[in-house]
Order: sequence, then structure tokens, then C-alpha cells
Amino acid sequence: MEALFFNANTGFLEGIVRGYKAGILTQSQYANLAQCETLEDFRTQLSATDYGNFLANEPLPISTSTIADKATEILVEQFKYLRTNAVEPLRKFLDYITYGYMIDNVVLLITGTLHERDTHELVKRCHPLGVFDSMPVLCVATNVEELFQSVLIETPIAPYFRECLTASDLDDLNIEIIRNTLYKAYFEDFYEFASSLGSPTSDVMHRILAFEADRRTINITINSFGTELSKDQRAKLFPTIGRLFPEGNNQLAKADDIDQVRQICENVSEYRSFFSDAPSGSGSGSNGDDFNAIAEQLEDRFFSTEVHLNKQAFLQQFQYGVFYSYMKLKEQEIRNLTWIAECIAQDAKDRIQDFIPIF
Amino acid sequence: MGYYSSYYSYGLPTFLIIVIALYLLFTGSGEAFNVGRFLEETSPYAWAGTGIGLCIGLSVLGAGWGIMVTGSSILGGGVRAPRITTKNLISIIFCEVVAIYGVIIGIVYSAKIQPVPEHLLYTPQNYFTGFALFWGGLTVGLCNLLCGVAVGITGSTAALADAADPNLFVKILVVEVFGSIMGLFGLIVGLLMVSAADDFSAGLGVAKAVASPYVL
Repeated sequence: MEALFFNANTGFLEGIVRGYKAGILTQSQYANLAQCETLEDFRTQLSATDYGNFLANEPLPISTSTIADKATEILVEQFKYLRTNAVEPLRKFLDYITYGYMIDNVVLLITGTLHERDTHELVKRCHPLGVFDSMPVLCVATNVEELFQSVLIETPIAPYFRECLTASDLDDLNIEIIRNTLYKAYFEDFYEFASSLGSPTSDVMHRILAFEADRRTINITINSFGTELSKDQRAKLFPTIGRLFPEGNNQLAKADDIDQVRQICENVSEYRSFFSDAPSGSGSGSNGDDFNAIAEQLEDRFFSTEVHLNKQAFLQQFQYGVFYSYMKLKEQEIRNLTWIAECIAQDAKDRIQDFIPIF
Repeated sequence: MGYYSSYYSYGLPTFLIIVIALYLLFTGSGEAFNVGRFLEETSPYAWAGTGIGLCIGLSVLGAGWGIMVTGSSILGGGVRAPRITTKNLISIIFCEVVAIYGVIIGIVYSAKIQPVPEHLLYTPQNYFTGFALFWGGLTVGLCNLLCGVAVGITGSTAALADAADPNLFVKILVVEVFGSIMGLFGLIVGLLMVSAADDFSAGLGVAKAVASPYVL
């Protein structure tokens, strides 16, 4: 039934976003890029892709951070075009996509202020899609309550701060707790909003958001081994919308090492492969090495699952998931480009194939 | 009001109908609700006119709906892949054809409407023509409405698939062709339904709208 009325408001934008998606780099283009010797070659190869001459005005020598910044700028322009042409409820959906970036920016500014960095520099390093008007004022706050009353209450992410007001002073551990609490509230809010949009948007978004929530849960668990985060505090940071909720979440809150995490994740068939094929060759490594190898592999597996789910969103028409998925896939592409550029710049060709290809 | 709006939209009309029916029943005028009398006293012109109006109205609704669904996707897809714009006009044409079927039937049916004086109108043949035009028009209209919507949705998918990969267009076009055949079926059935119906003609003797003696 959604096909009858969807195109009246969103048909044009869906066509545009699918056009953008057709410009995402393919395997053969990545192969060409990986064979470049210098960053100037890299730039020439990129001009033959959908990116065009976006680096044409940069003075030599180009740095990898410039490449990443310019590519992000292109993504931001595309997103702004989509957002200005959108009406409700797509406009609200696109706003929800920006809230993630807003949370990252807020945490970046607070952390930067704690370590006494220059405010202008910090504002420049914020993600452009997550800016809101009162950003520089964040830098002068010293505790969360003041922050909330003066600045954050006007931003769209204000409701997410309700859980955090207990963190009375800001230090590194508390910042991470704030970030994870905000993300938990954000995911649950987004999930509810997607449910209100009805099928098929809710079907696609539920799948993607459930995976993101579980990814955060597993990451929080693994990263909290050996820190002073208590198990209760850890349990409060887990989002309640994933496949691991509620039994998996309860068990992960009590887990003490990575083998227990593996056992808990076996209950969900999609997540079994995350921990399999543990490196068996170098059995003589210490527990720490094994742990790091597993963690690195896990990160890669998370990224490839994310790419897989986001690609699948394009298989259905007449739903909003394509907008979210396009943003995530393009970000992955920018990460890939940065990786390849870094490998070229540092002349580390042996690891150049370690990116995650999309199409 | 969100969860209960369906209670209002289904409950209120039902309630009103029940109240009116019981009122008629209990005040002894239950026989005022007389379907037979309604059918015998309604002018065949009313049936014929409504049928033709529904035919062309619903056909155009279907065609327009289909064009809206397809056209917006062609516009969106054409921004990044301009080559699709010309080829995909064929989907718009398939939707338009549905409206043409409605026009054809409208013309064929309206040829059967001839002026007849009131007191000579109510012959059995004229009754039949009136009913045939009504139901034929409704049939054709509904068929074309659904056909237009189906072709429109498929056309939208065809445009976006073509923008992604040119080989897909012809394959999805086959689906669209099958969809548009449904409008043709409606046209055929509509013509068959009125093939036995003569034009409105004057009765030989006096033919007024008189309810039969079996119906009070």
C-alpha cells in the first residue's frame, strides 16, 4: 500500500538518492586506486570517478586529511540537498540521521574543553552535519548541569540528556559514559520513530538499528574489561532495541572475558561468525595479543556486516531506509579512501587491501 | 482520537442506518424501504449517466495516479542518469492508454442514449440498457483504475532499475505489459456487456414507471 502514496512526496528524492548510490566506488575502481604510486596519481584516478575534480584546487602536496575533508564536504552537500527538498515525515527522518553527528560533536567539544584546547579549533573539527547554533558556548561549561541548562536544552538532542544528569563532574570515564548514554537514548528514539512510519521503512530500519545497538553493546562490554566501570553501570549503557535484548544484554552485563562474550553471541545466529576463525597459528602469543587480534577482527566484521545490511536496504523501494543507508555507505567509502591514501602516502602497500569494498 | 478514528468512521454510519431502519419498522412504514420499487421507478437515464461518468472518471483517476507514481521516479532517476528519460516515457504511455480505453467506452456507451419522452420510457428493453450501461461503466472504470495504478508502480521500479543498470529495463517492461493487458480485459468485457443492449427507444404503448402489483 505504501507504493500508492509514497511517490507523491518522496519519489523524486528516492530517485536522486539511488542516483547517488550508483556513484559509489566499485571494486574495479578501488583496484585502480590501490595501484597508484603517489597521491597525485590518486587524485587523477579519483577524477575519473563520480567524485570528479573535487581536489582540483588543492595545492600540492595533498594530505590525506584534505582528501577525507573534501569527500565529506561532498557528502554534506548531497545531504543538504536532500534535506532542503524533503517534507514531513522524511524531513524528520533526515534530522534523526543528523542527531548521531550532533552527539559526537557535543562529546568532542566537552572532551576538548576538558583538555583545554582552543575552542575555534574544536569547532572546526566538528562534523558539519551535526552543527547547531549554540555550539561554541559549549566550550565554556564546566559541568553537565550548566551545559544542559544553558545550551543543550534548545537542541533536538535535549531529551537524550535526561539520563546523564547524574554525572556531576566531567572526566574521561564519565565522558564515555555520557556518550554511550546519549547514543542509547538516540537509538531507542530513532527505533520508535521508525516504527511509527510503518512498514516497509520500519522493517528495514529495525534490522539496521538492531545491529547497531548490538554492536554498541558488544563494544561497550569488551572495552570495559579491565576498567573501573562497574557491572551495573555497564548494564545501564546497553540499548534495549537489539537482538541481544533482554537475555543477551543481561548476560553481557555479567561477562568477564571475551570467551563468555563469544558464548553469549552464539545465541544469535547472525552473530556467530563474528568470533569464529580465531587466529590459531600463533598460539604462543600472550592473552593480550590474542585479545587484540580478536578485537581487530571483530571491528572488521562489524563493518562488513554494517555494509551488508545497508546494501540490502536498497533492494526495497518506497521506503526511507535508502537515505540512511546511503549516508552510512558513503561514510564507509570515505573511510576506505582515507585508508588507501594513507597506505600510499606511507608506502605500506602490503596492507592496502584491508578496506571493506562496498559494491 | 488516533486509535479511535476507525470506531467513528465505521461505527457512526452503521449506527445511523440501524436507527433509521428501526424507526421505519416501529412506526409501521417498514415497507417504505422498497428495493423493487426503487429499481422500477429510477429512470434508466440515471443509471446510464452514472455508469458513463464512473467509467471515464475512474479510468482517468487510474491513469493519473499511475503517471504520478512513474513520473516522479523518472524525474528523480533522470537527474543522475539522463539517458533514462526518453526510454521511460513508454511507461507514461502505458498509463495514458488506460485513460483512452475509458474514453472509448464512454463514447460507445453514450451513443446508446437517445431522447425518449417520460411516459414511453419504461420498457423492459430500456431498463436493461440502463442497467447494462451502469454496470458496464463501473466494470471498465474499476479495471482501468487498478490497471493504471499497477502500471504506474511497475513503471516507477522500471525507471529506477534502468537508472542503475540499463539491461534491466526491457525485463521489467514485460511485467508492465502484462499489467496493462488488464485494462484491455476491462474494455472487452465492457463491450460484451452492452452488446445485447439496444439504444433507448420509445415504447409502443404507454410505458410509465409503475411498480408491479406484487410490490406495494
